[in-house]
Amino acid sequence: MNILVCVKRVPAPGSKINVTSDGMAVDAAHLGFTTSPHEECALEEAVQITERDGGQVTVLTLGPVEAEEQLRYAASVGAHKIILVPTDGSAWDPQRTASALTEAIQTAEEANNQPFELILFGNESADSGGFQVGVRVAHKLGRPIVNAIKGIDPSDCAVTARREIDAGFEVYNVPTPAVLGVKEGINLPRYPTMKGRLASKKAELTNAEITAKAGGQTLVRLHRPAEQASNTEILGTDESAAVAIVDILEEIGVC
Amino acid sequence: MSDFPASAKVVIIGAGIVGNCLVGHLARLGWTDMVLLEKGPLPNPGGSTGHASNFIFPVDHNKEMALLGVQSANQYRDMNLSVDSGGIEVARTQERMNELDRRMTSAKAWGVEAELLTPAQVKELVPFINDDVILGGFHCPTVSVVDSLETGTVMRKEAIETAGLQVFANTEVLEMLTEDDPVPGMKRITGVVTDKGTIEAEYVVIACGVWSNRIANMAGTYIPLVPAVHQMADVGPMDVLVETNNEIGYPIVRDMDTFCYERQSAGSMEVGSYGHRPILHHPDEIPSNEEAALSPTEMPFTIDDFDQQMEEAIELMDMLGDAEIKYAINGLLSLTPDAMPCLGELPDVRNLWSAAAVWVKEGPGMAQVVAEWMTYGYPRVIDPHASDIARFYDDEKNDEHIWARSAEHFNKTYGIVHPSEQWESQRGLKESSLKAITDAAGAEYFTARVWERPHWYSSNADLLEKYGLSEREVEWDNRWWSPLIDAEHMNLRENAGMIDLTAFQIFDLTGPGAVGFAEYLSVNKVDKPVGTSTYTPWLNHDGGFHSDLTMLRLGDDHIRVVTGAFDGGRDEAWIKKYMPTDGSVSVANRTEDYVTIGLWGPNAPAILSQITDADLSHEGSPYGSVRSISLSLGDAAGVEVDIFRISYVGDTGWEIYIPWVQGPQVWEAIAAAGAEHGLRPTGAGVYAVGGRVEKGYRLMGAELESEYNPVEAGLARPKVKAADFIGKEAYLAAREKGPDAIMCTLAVEDNTDSQGRKRFIQGGNAPILTNDGERILDSHGRVSVVTTAGNGPSYGKYLCLGYLPTELAEIGNTFKVMYMNELFPVTVVATTGSAFDPDDTRLKG
Repeated sequence: MNILVCVKRVPAPGSKINVTSDGMAVDAAHLGFTTSPHEECALEEAVQITERDGGQVTVLTLGPVEAEEQLRYAASVGAHKIILVPTDGSAWDPQRTASALTEAIQTAEEANNQPFELILFGNESADSGGFQVGVRVAHKLGRPIVNAIKGIDPSDCAVTARREIDAGFEVYNVPTPAVLGVKEGINLPRYPTMKGRLASKKAELTNAEITAKAGGQTLVRLHRPAEQASNTEILGTDESAAVAIVDILEEIGVC
Repeated sequence: MSDFPASAKVVIIGAGIVGNCLVGHLARLGWTDMVLLEKGPLPNPGGSTGHASNFIFPVDHNKEMALLGVQSANQYRDMNLSVDSGGIEVARTQERMNELDRRMTSAKAWGVEAELLTPAQVKELVPFINDDVILGGFHCPTVSVVDSLETGTVMRKEAIETAGLQVFANTEVLEMLTEDDPVPGMKRITGVVTDKGTIEAEYVVIACGVWSNRIANMAGTYIPLVPAVHQMADVGPMDVLVETNNEIGYPIVRDMDTFCYERQSAGSMEVGSYGHRPILHHPDEIPSNEEAALSPTEMPFTIDDFDQQMEEAIELMDMLGDAEIKYAINGLLSLTPDAMPCLGELPDVRNLWSAAAVWVKEGPGMAQVVAEWMTYGYPRVIDPHASDIARFYDDEKNDEHIWARSAEHFNKTYGIVHPSEQWESQRGLKESSLKAITDAAGAEYFTARVWERPHWYSSNADLLEKYGLSEREVEWDNRWWSPLIDAEHMNLRENAGMIDLTAFQIFDLTGPGAVGFAEYLSVNKVDKPVGTSTYTPWLNHDGGFHSDLTMLRLGDDHIRVVTGAFDGGRDEAWIKKYMPTDGSVSVANRTEDYVTIGLWGPNAPAILSQITDADLSHEGSPYGSVRSISLSLGDAAGVEVDIFRISYVGDTGWEIYIPWVQGPQVWEAIAAAGAEHGLRPTGAGVYAVGGRVEKGYRLMGAELESEYNPVEAGLARPKVKAADFIGKEAYLAAREKGPDAIMCTLAVEDNTDSQGRKRFIQGGNAPILTNDGERILDSHGRVSVVTTAGNGPSYGKYLCLGYLPTELAEIGNTFKVMYMNELFPVTVVATTGSAFDPDDTRLKG
């Protein structure tokens, strides 16, 4: 199966996320960067499928030149091809991002003389969480999309995708080529091996030329939510704590 | 918070391995009313301790680091928080094999069990190693892996239980409170302001690891360290490791030539590196606990910097290639400009102490050093002069210097560092006004901390043929050495030499209390007539050496202290720590007011007499006297200089103190006067080693350390002065008891090694052994090692200084000295006196 995975370079912050003084970005001065967790799982799923059934995994990202780090990481855990859609480093709106990705995907498919049978997105990005890009790309390509997928089973000309709901699962049978938004939990992504890392340095990086224009959504300002005050009460350090715990359990109605 | 204390005797900031062990040791020494502050959570606050690889290789060439490493390892063992995994340093090159011979020698010196292994023997212990990429290994069975976090917790709890220590985690220091001290330029710590409240404190200790300088800056002072990255990747799991069912089942492997280590951690292998580019950070770049993805000191892994290490690691152990990189960090640790810790009281803020730039491997021992220092006025476990925070000059306390030097030595962490190795970066910080002249004479400069000193002169090359001298056969012995040193030495003994001594550190004590204060610092009597001098030890309260130096009585209320460039900072701090606070004494650093020229040799009087009418005879300028004279410099006006008849090389002559700007004129005038007398510019190679070892002159930090007293060093005078001085009581007791060891001079009788090559012992710390090759310990457990080794060209043999137990310290006794893992026969040729010219007839010349 010929699979494309779209990933995004995102900061890896701690529990406190700082915003730059102009309020327009996450202050990443001393942060490392990673791939959105949903997308790491999408990549792992793609690699597992091709390991099992054959085929090829291509990983595409749109971002600053530094996003090569995430593409090399993808190569180190099994991606065969890597494509960068370079930006000027600013955050692009979802419309522009989707247009650019669509353009890059079409270029890649033309070069391959065949469409990607499956395009995987993360359900949403870890930083801006817009939930838009995958849907917009699928729409532009005229392909079906299902989001929040936690199980993928490809077959000839179709893919069975499973989505978790409160009561159980929804199962979709989607004709390929198709687009899926994958959720964390579908698998446990592997770590790169040392050999994988060293091999990834040799992976050929394709730079995609795109012309997409800005869309309508603009960022006004990022705000850090007020810190949630919480009170901690020590119930005791000896047997008396047990009585206090029972009192609380009764109070909240669980015993 | 209502239970937050308003005051404490001592506040310790930082609950890493150092702060925790420090409160434990302080409690054991009887301290109470202590508060430990930590900005992070406990038990792992997020400093360097939390991500340390926690292993201890107990062999180091440096005495302080070696003995405190062993001492620390034993403290971990005593708490049952240590496992002896063993460890092997493997060599990929012949040069490293030679270094492993040197490691064997240091292991012998410090009494650490060790053996050299063939590649096949290494593979027996570490079956997954590729023995075809190594030439051999250095195996040390007592390499240990420790639990530093739990050790910290245990020590902290001990202090809570036995000394009522109060501990406040998640408490950040915002401000350090100080007040002016009566001594000008000094302050005194009075407390700390935290986000929980203010604590008034008599003592404050900074044990903040990579953040230490930020806290010091709050008190207006400086701890010269920089947070630096040590990359580490945890890869696994691997069956061979999982099957050990153990945190550590195989010896730790240090792949010395790639600057990497492989250390088992349960089913995984930690691959750590000191081989990547130096990556340094400013403390403000370290995220808070809340901002950090992992912990503040586990910074984002920059994998590009680690690729070469991975390739090399896979070369050594194939299995690493297929293991997953589960966890990888740019771990922060502390580096200093000279690769030694920062311990002791800050020289400019009274009662503010530093316990910083200490790694897990020496943490408990260093904590004990600081605790003893705070308690007794000086540590007892070891002499920490090389770790003393007061050693730094101002030029060493800035980011540019610290970053450059730290970057330079980072890749030498596993490097092969020659004992005389010179720095490449940050040179020329302090230069004599003679520099242009000494440059023209082809000076090769060595540094004495920030000072540049000519070590030999290429313009003396013609003397090599005259004295039949040549390079040494083995490159290691020849490195940082030149036969020109011996040539200059021979010429000085035959004619005369002129030595640039401007790096001398000069302090003037003045005021009505100056002489009395000088007496209080000195073992020997300083209150003598104006124009005389005193060579004297300064002791600590336990009677061990703090310093040895010269004090000149220049006036009724004026004492000049002259000391070496390696010790100027420590000595100035000692003066300010103990000087009267009533204003009766002032101290001024006059170092850069004077150029000092040493003029010595049998022709020295004849040379100097050509440019002065002063009486230079032993009546007019007796040994030990200091007087002002006028030098006539041809057409120019005369220059007033101080001449001090003294010698550190064993030939007659003077130290000449000249106003800074007139130094070049005087040098040229002396050179011209000496042209007919064989005078040559002569380097510190003669002054610091050759002349000194022939005469058995002692050097602070080598022969003189706080473990030894003047009786043992052969520096006790027949009588003890009436006046009180620091360490007097202990000194009197030492005289009463007699020496347990005696400083001796030993001559190497045959320096031919097993390959038929002539070898020349480099650096200190080569063990002095019995003829059966056994270590020699005195009744205090102090080991006999070579404290200085150097050629004695006039004596005709290579010489070593070192302490021997009193019963063995007899002329004619024979021993072996180990060098590069081979034994060389030596004979005691002098005990307290000199091997060369023992009657000092040349001084009377």
